[in-house]
Amino acid sequence: MTHGTGTGQALDDVVVLDLTHHIAGPYATKLMADFGADVIKIERPGGDIARRFGPFQGDEPHPEKSGLFFFLNTNKRSVVLDLHSDAGRGALRQLAARADLVVENFRPGVAEALGIGWADVHALNPKASMISVSNFGQDGPYRDYRLTDLVLYGFAGEMYSMGATEREPVKMAGTAALFESGAAISAALMGALWSNRANGEGQHVDIALTETHFGGVDRRHATAIASQFSGRKTLRLAGAGSGMPQGIYPCADGYVDFTNAGLRPDRILDMVGFPEWATDEKYFIPENRLNPEYIDEWNANFLVWCLERTKREIWEEARRAKVMCGPLFTVEDMYEDEHFRERGFWTKVTHPAMGEVELPGRPLMMAEGGWQLRQPAPLLGQHTEEVLREAGLSDAEIAAVVAANKEAQP
Amino acid sequence: MKKPLEGVRIVDLCVVWAGPFATLLMADLGAEVIKPENPFVFQPMTRGALARPSTLMINAAAAWGGGLPGNVPGERPWNYNPTFVSLYRNKKSFTVDLRRPEGMDVLRRLVEKADVVYENNATGTMEKLGITYGWLKEIKDDIIYVRVPAYGNTGPYSTARALGVHLEAVMGHTMLRGYEDADPSVNTAIYSGDYLAGAQGAFATMAALWHREKTGKGQLIEIGQAENASAMFTQAIMDYTLNRRVQGAIGNRDIFGRYPCGVYPAKSPGTAVDMGDHWVSIHVESDEQWRAFGAAIGNPDWAADPRFATNAGREEHAKEIDAHIAAWTREQEDYDVMHLLQRAGIAAAPVLEASRLFSDEQLLARGFPRTQTHEGAGTNQYVGPVWNFEGTPVEFRQPPVLFGEHNDYVYRELLQVSDEEYEALKAGGHIAMDYDPAVL
Repeated sequence: MTHGTGTGQALDDVVVLDLTHHIAGPYATKLMADFGADVIKIERPGGDIARRFGPFQGDEPHPEKSGLFFFLNTNKRSVVLDLHSDAGRGALRQLAARADLVVENFRPGVAEALGIGWADVHALNPKASMISVSNFGQDGPYRDYRLTDLVLYGFAGEMYSMGATEREPVKMAGTAALFESGAAISAALMGALWSNRANGEGQHVDIALTETHFGGVDRRHATAIASQFSGRKTLRLAGAGSGMPQGIYPCADGYVDFTNAGLRPDRILDMVGFPEWATDEKYFIPENRLNPEYIDEWNANFLVWCLERTKREIWEEARRAKVMCGPLFTVEDMYEDEHFRERGFWTKVTHPAMGEVELPGRPLMMAEGGWQLRQPAPLLGQHTEEVLREAGLSDAEIAAVVAANKEAQP
Repeated sequence: MKKPLEGVRIVDLCVVWAGPFATLLMADLGAEVIKPENPFVFQPMTRGALARPSTLMINAAAAWGGGLPGNVPGERPWNYNPTFVSLYRNKKSFTVDLRRPEGMDVLRRLVEKADVVYENNATGTMEKLGITYGWLKEIKDDIIYVRVPAYGNTGPYSTARALGVHLEAVMGHTMLRGYEDADPSVNTAIYSGDYLAGAQGAFATMAALWHREKTGKGQLIEIGQAENASAMFTQAIMDYTLNRRVQGAIGNRDIFGRYPCGVYPAKSPGTAVDMGDHWVSIHVESDEQWRAFGAAIGNPDWAADPRFATNAGREEHAKEIDAHIAAWTREQEDYDVMHLLQRAGIAAAPVLEASRLFSDEQLLARGFPRTQTHEGAGTNQYVGPVWNFEGTPVEFRQPPVLFGEHNDYVYRELLQVSDEEYEALKAGGHIAMDYDPAVL
């Protein structure tokens, strides 16, 4: 029997036993699956909790109609196991024996209690690595503490300095922080695969969601080190600070964001078309460009320039003049945008319960062995029998697993 | 055990954050990451905004950009800019001017010995130097060339200049985040797309190395950063594709609609202006947790209000509940709120100002902060790695790399240039520990 999917993709010889649920873990294993790995997703009889989170197609809560679950679980195979039953745990051990990676995000201690802790996996399959994802790590005084996207990002990400000085700190959109953690986990999965190959045996990787943020890019690592170097802290500041231009400006039909790195005022001048107000030499003296009085004066004129133009018109001028700028698109603007359509960013796939679904496709382009959408997110338990049969379970053993699953149904 | 990427050599032509984060993750896994740097060209926002900023300028910049040791630029400010040092541990640096043929010849010899070339410059920068996939492949047939353009290398936006903050605006993030009752112009500039593209760039590079092992083939990888960042807004995007609903900002509320969920003031040693304000986030995810919350804070009458017993009721009366919670938290230490509520099974934690992470009990217990000594900056605590490989722990084997620190290693040991050529390159200004005096 082949090991893996054999699709010709980069990871088509890799088998991942995926015990993760919700967002961060499944996002990491989705990347593995989208690039060819055989990701066997173990779901409890009630299904991954993400099946209960929206957006739902037609706003109808339904375990097979969550857009979130759909996106996170493309190309995976769903196997339902009741891990409180002997049959379920036995099947799990057989699957672990064939996997290259075992990934889990149970509360610390639960995998061990289920007989699938690192010591168990290592004994069953010395060549496999195990990646354990938890909120605060597998040990330490906060080991059993809970997190949601807000609490994670507030504690470990650079949320403290986001928002207005006089108001409360404010987070990123949706569950962006959990997706960031998921990306960090995906790199660890590949690192673990390479570790398997380098050493001929597996290892255990302990990932704390908090540490993926404390140690991660987007300001936090730098604010932390800046405090060590200089004693300075990062003020919570509305907008992006001030400059010529700097931050978010209203325009005729919305908003545009500029960053003035302070280096190329000539490009800004080119962008606005050399009007008299912008050509004054005083604006080109580096020290003056930090002077609030000059900045305000300059921005009063720039604001008028923005308000006379649409966000797309402004961005076009900025692109021409090589100025760093981004229009604030709504999701609709982005969805309709021709650039992304023409590049093939969007993709469609037919799902048994949802019909044709459109979703963002490749996260990146590999010229060889790259991304494919081979199948939509699985129905709950869609592949239970198929996968267990491949793993060598007998008809009687499979029947026992299915019976245990039924019994466990609420 | 051997480190996962031992023996892999990466040429790091990266700038700012998205590229360097990818190569950092691979350096932490044992890859040898070598950064060619040009003494005549300062890469903005990488070793700082300017090579030789004034004291006025570093103090005007946000701390994470301008917080240099002792708040002075010092002799070689490019060696200890906070945004740089956080991403350049475990890497090597050598200098070469790639605008001159002899410089490109040095790069050619380095590529011969490399597995991966990684870049995330503005579109056109590499082409101008003559660095293309074709050129690299001619030198090393199975090279993996990773490029991270903001909007991809094709299409009308391919030439747009962008940092993370701009491409996220285009993908909808800036409209989707921030206070729900304020206009988006108050949104602070953030760069979350750099995290995603950086970590997935490491993922993709390692996947390409895996593919090369099976097929003998290298390849070109293109990570269009805007497209890549879109995953973070999955709920909003899927709501549009499924339901044609255009979502907007919801502040600190839960996108899944569980109440209460917010950031509340805690007892504070200072004010927001002196960055001594403390806040605590609290998220109650179920009716059961709501009852536990009431019990944990001593069963005040308002917590037992039957109107608040269900999530629908808590949503309807969210403002009233938030006011009650804030009145309670205001009298509490943020960490006390965390421990009290977490012991009752409720997600809560201080909103930490960054300097406080070095004294957090959990991080100290896990040995997360690392001590490094660095020329010009002295001995300091640094943030640890993003994951803990128990068999091959991430070591901080090289402190944030100085400009040109590995000139001898790269030229003499790795490329084995003759003494004569070394001296000629040095005389030509290729080999240096300082930027050319003419560089701003």
